[in-house]
Amino acid sequence: MNAPTTVTEQDRAESAQVRERLVVIGNGMAGCRAVEEILARDPARFDVTIFGAEPRVNYNRIMLSPVLAGEKAFEDIVINGPEWYADNEIALISGDPVAAIDRDTRTVTTRSGHVEAYDRLLIATGSDPFIIPVPGHNLDGVVTFRDLDDVDKMLAAAENGGSAVVIGGGLLGLEAAHGLTLRGMKVTVVHLMPTLMERQLDEAAGFLLKSELERRGQTIVTGGDTAEITGRDGKVAGVKLKDGREFAADIVVMAVGIRPATGLAKAAGVVVERGIVVDDHMVTSDPAIMAVGECVQHRGACYGLVAPLWDMCRALADAACAEPTGYTGSVTSTKLKVSGIDLFSAGDFSGGDGAEDIVMRDASRGIYKRVVVKDNKLVGAVLYGETADGSWYFDLLKKGEDISPIREALIFGQAFANGGPSLDPNAAVAALSDDAEICGCNGVSKGKVVATIEAGACSLDAVRGACKASASCGSCTGLVESLLALTLGGEVQSGPKTLCKCTSFGHDDVRRLILEKNLKAIPQVMQELHWKTPDGCASCRPALNYYLLCAWPGEVEDDQKSRFVNERMHANIQKDGTYSVVPRMWGGLTNPKELRAIADVVEKYNAPMVKVTGGQRLDIFGIKKEDLPAVWADLNAAGMVSGHAYGKSLRTVKTCVGSEWCRFGTQDSTGLGVKLERMTWGSWMPHKFKIAVSGCPRNCAEATIKDFGVVCVDSGYELHVGGNGGIKVRATDLLTKVSTEAEAMEVCAAFIQLYREQAHYLERTAPWIERVGLDHVKAGLFDDPDSVTRLAARFRHSQQFCQDDPWAERAAGAHADLHQHLAEVRPMEFA
Amino acid sequence: MIGDWLDIGPVDQIAPGTARTLPVRGGEEIAVFRTQNGEFHALVNKCPHKHGPLSQGIVHGGVVTCPLHSWNISLKTGEAQGDDKGCVPVIPLKVDAGRIYLLREAVVGRKAA
Repeated sequence: MNAPTTVTEQDRAESAQVRERLVVIGNGMAGCRAVEEILARDPARFDVTIFGAEPRVNYNRIMLSPVLAGEKAFEDIVINGPEWYADNEIALISGDPVAAIDRDTRTVTTRSGHVEAYDRLLIATGSDPFIIPVPGHNLDGVVTFRDLDDVDKMLAAAENGGSAVVIGGGLLGLEAAHGLTLRGMKVTVVHLMPTLMERQLDEAAGFLLKSELERRGQTIVTGGDTAEITGRDGKVAGVKLKDGREFAADIVVMAVGIRPATGLAKAAGVVVERGIVVDDHMVTSDPAIMAVGECVQHRGACYGLVAPLWDMCRALADAACAEPTGYTGSVTSTKLKVSGIDLFSAGDFSGGDGAEDIVMRDASRGIYKRVVVKDNKLVGAVLYGETADGSWYFDLLKKGEDISPIREALIFGQAFANGGPSLDPNAAVAALSDDAEICGCNGVSKGKVVATIEAGACSLDAVRGACKASASCGSCTGLVESLLALTLGGEVQSGPKTLCKCTSFGHDDVRRLILEKNLKAIPQVMQELHWKTPDGCASCRPALNYYLLCAWPGEVEDDQKSRFVNERMHANIQKDGTYSVVPRMWGGLTNPKELRAIADVVEKYNAPMVKVTGGQRLDIFGIKKEDLPAVWADLNAAGMVSGHAYGKSLRTVKTCVGSEWCRFGTQDSTGLGVKLERMTWGSWMPHKFKIAVSGCPRNCAEATIKDFGVVCVDSGYELHVGGNGGIKVRATDLLTKVSTEAEAMEVCAAFIQLYREQAHYLERTAPWIERVGLDHVKAGLFDDPDSVTRLAARFRHSQQFCQDDPWAERAAGAHADLHQHLAEVRPMEFA
Repeated sequence: MIGDWLDIGPVDQIAPGTARTLPVRGGEEIAVFRTQNGEFHALVNKCPHKHGPLSQGIVHGGVVTCPLHSWNISLKTGEAQGDDKGCVPVIPLKVDAGRIYLLREAVVGRKAA
C-alpha cells in the first residue's frame, strides 16, 4: 500500500514506447489539478482520459458563490478551457458519467455503455450534498448548492423575486443566502445549531455575523429544526419547523453538509470508510487505483475545503511519476465569501487546558479577534471584521513557531508585533502626542486624560467619572490604564470591583450601558463592552442574563445555559445530586386537596423526607432530576405551581392569621399576604426576595427580617424594607406608612422594581440598602410624586411575561433534554 | 477499533454549552459535555470536591463550574482549576459522522465508589 512502483515499472518495462493509460473519474478541481501536476512533472508519461458528469469543462467550484451573487460570470471561473484538453492531448468525456469500475479487467464503463481501459485509475468524484430526508425533500424547487446546474435553478427562481429558504447556516448555506439576497429574493436561513457556522466560529463571532446578515435583510433562524418541506401542486411552497414556525418559499436550498462520493469505489470493492481510504501517496487499497479530493479519507480525516486539494495533488503526482514524497494532512482555514463581511477562522479555538485566549474587541468598528495560544504556540484564531492578519496567523499556526517574544503584541497583528520600536504598551502610549484621541466615543484626547489624572483622578473609575474616557464602550480601557501608570507611577488605585474578571466594568456600568446601547443578548453585551473572554464565566453569564431580562421584559430570550442549576431545573439541588421540590402555598395557606397531592407524590416517588420550611410551605426531598417533570405534573393537577424556592426571585410571603381569626389582629394580614404573593410570584430578582405580613405589632410573621415586611396597625400598614435573617442579621428600616391595602401593594411593587433595576446581581436588599443608603431608596420612591406609580407600572409590565408556571411547561415536555439521561449503559454482567 | 467504542447517539442531542448524563449499571454515572464551540468531552459525573453532579454546572470555555460549591473543573483533563486541588476521571470520547462514542473499557470498567 505504499509507493505504487510495482504496477507502473512493470508495464513500462514491457512496453517502453507505449504510454500508460491514466483514466480520471471526475472533471472537477481535484481531478484536473492532479492531471496538471502530473503533466508538469512528466508530460509524456500518460495517455489521459477524463470523465466528467457535468457537460462542461473544468471550472472553479468554490467560485460558484460569486456567480450566484452576480459578481462573476461562468467564463470567469473556468480553470481549463477546451484548448487545455486539446493542447495536452487529453480526452474529455463529459456528460456521460462513469457507472462502474471493473478492477479485474481494469476498465470503466459509462452510463451510455462506453468502455475505457486503464493502467492507472484516479477517482476524484468529490462529494455529494447531504439531503435531509424530511417529508417534501424531493419536491420540485428543492435544490442543493453544488454545481452550475444548481446555480442556474436558483437564478431562474430569483427572476420572479419571491422567497427563498436556505436550510443550513454553514459556509455554503450563507453564501447561497447572500447570492439570493443580492438577486432580490427575501431569504430566510434556517440553521439547526444556535451559532451560525459553528464549526468555524465561536459564539461571539457567530453573533456578529448573524447581526450583520439580519441588517442586510435576511431572516436568520438559529436553533431551527426542519420538520417538513411543504408543497403545492408538486412544487415547494414553504418550510415548516418542528417548533411549528413556518416560512414561505418559492425555492428551498439544502446546504446542510456534504459527504464523500464513494459509491463507485465501494461498488468496485475498494476499501471505503467515511471516504475512500488512501495512503500518504493517495493510493487506495487497490495499487492501480488512486483517489484525491473530497472523496478520500486520509489518516482518518475527510476534507471539505479546497486548500488540502493542492497538497494532495502534489503528493499524488510525485508518487504517480515515481518520485514519492507523501502527504501528511492539512491544517485548514476558512474565509466566508460574502462581500463586505470579513471573517477568518483557523485551527483549534476550543480553549481548554493550558490554552489561553487573547481577545480583542472593538465595538465601534464591529471587530472581534481571538487567538488561542498553547505552549507558546498559536493553535487557533477567529477574526471577524478585520481579517488582514489572517494569513499571518495561519502561517504562525502551521509553522508552530514559538510566539513568546511577540506574545504581548500578538493580538494587534503582524505590523505591530514585528515592526514596533518597543513591545511595551506603555511606551507606545507614551509616544502618542497630546492631541491624540484616546476615547473615540467621547472625544477625549491624551492631553485631557493626563490632565484629569494630574488633577487627582487616581483610578480608572475616577477617570471615567471625571472626563468620560473609556466610560462608554471600554475599548480604550487599556490605553487609559497605561496613561494612569505613566502619569502616576505605582500610585494607581484600583477602582470599584468589576462584575467579574471578564470585564473592566462594574455592575452599575454594565446595567447602564445595556440600556444606553440597547443591548439585548449576552454575546452582544460581551462584544459591545469588550469582554476579555470569548463566552464569559459562571459569574457574569447569570448576571448578564438577569440584567437583560430586567432591562427588556418580554423582549429578550432567557438563556437557560446561563442559569444556575436550580433555576434551570426549577428545583433545589441537594448534596447528593437529587432535588427538593417546594410547591407554592399562597400566603402559607393550603387545603386537603393540596396536602393529599403532596402526600401522594411523596409516596409515589419514594421521597425520603418532607419538611415544613421557614417560609410556611412543604419541601419534598430526594427527587431525581428525571422524575421532576412527572412530580410537577402531579402537583399541577392539584392546582399547585412552582414555589420558586430555588430562584433569585420572589420566594415566599409569610403571614399570620390576622384579623379574621386572631383576637389581636388589626387587619386581614393573611388576605394581604395572598394578594402580595399573587402580584409578585414568578418575578426574577437580583437575589432571593422574601415578604411577610404580620397582622399586629406582635409581628408573628417576623416581617422585620424580610426584604419587604408589612406590619399591620389599627390605622393602616407600616412598610419595612431591607431585613435579613441570614448570616448577618439585619432588622428592617421603616420605609413609610400607608392607610390602605392598595397603597401597600403599590409601594411593594415599586420597591421591588427599584431593587430589581438598581441592585447588583446576587445582592440582597439588606446589603443593597447598606451600600446606597435608605435615603437614596426613599428618594427614588418618593421625591417625585409619580415615581411609585411609574415603578409599579414597570413591575406589572414585567410580570406579564413571568407568571407562567415553569413546572407546567416542563410537565408538558419542554426542555426534556434537561431531565432525561442520554441512555443507560448496562454491561453484560448486570444485564 | 470497532467494538471498543460505545455509540451513545447523535451529537445533536446535547445543545452547545450544556451537558447530559449517562448512568452506568453497577458503575459511575458519566457526564457528556458539549462546549459553546461544539467540542465534546466526557467526565465521571462527580466533582472531586464533594461529588457534586458536574453535568448540572454552567459550561464556559473548556471548563464546567460545579453546581454545589463552584469548583471549576477542566473538561479536557478533569483537573480542578485555580487553587483547588483534585481530579475527576476523563472518559475518552470521539465524534465520528455525527455520532458520539465513548471508550467502552473506560465506561464499564469503572465500578461505583
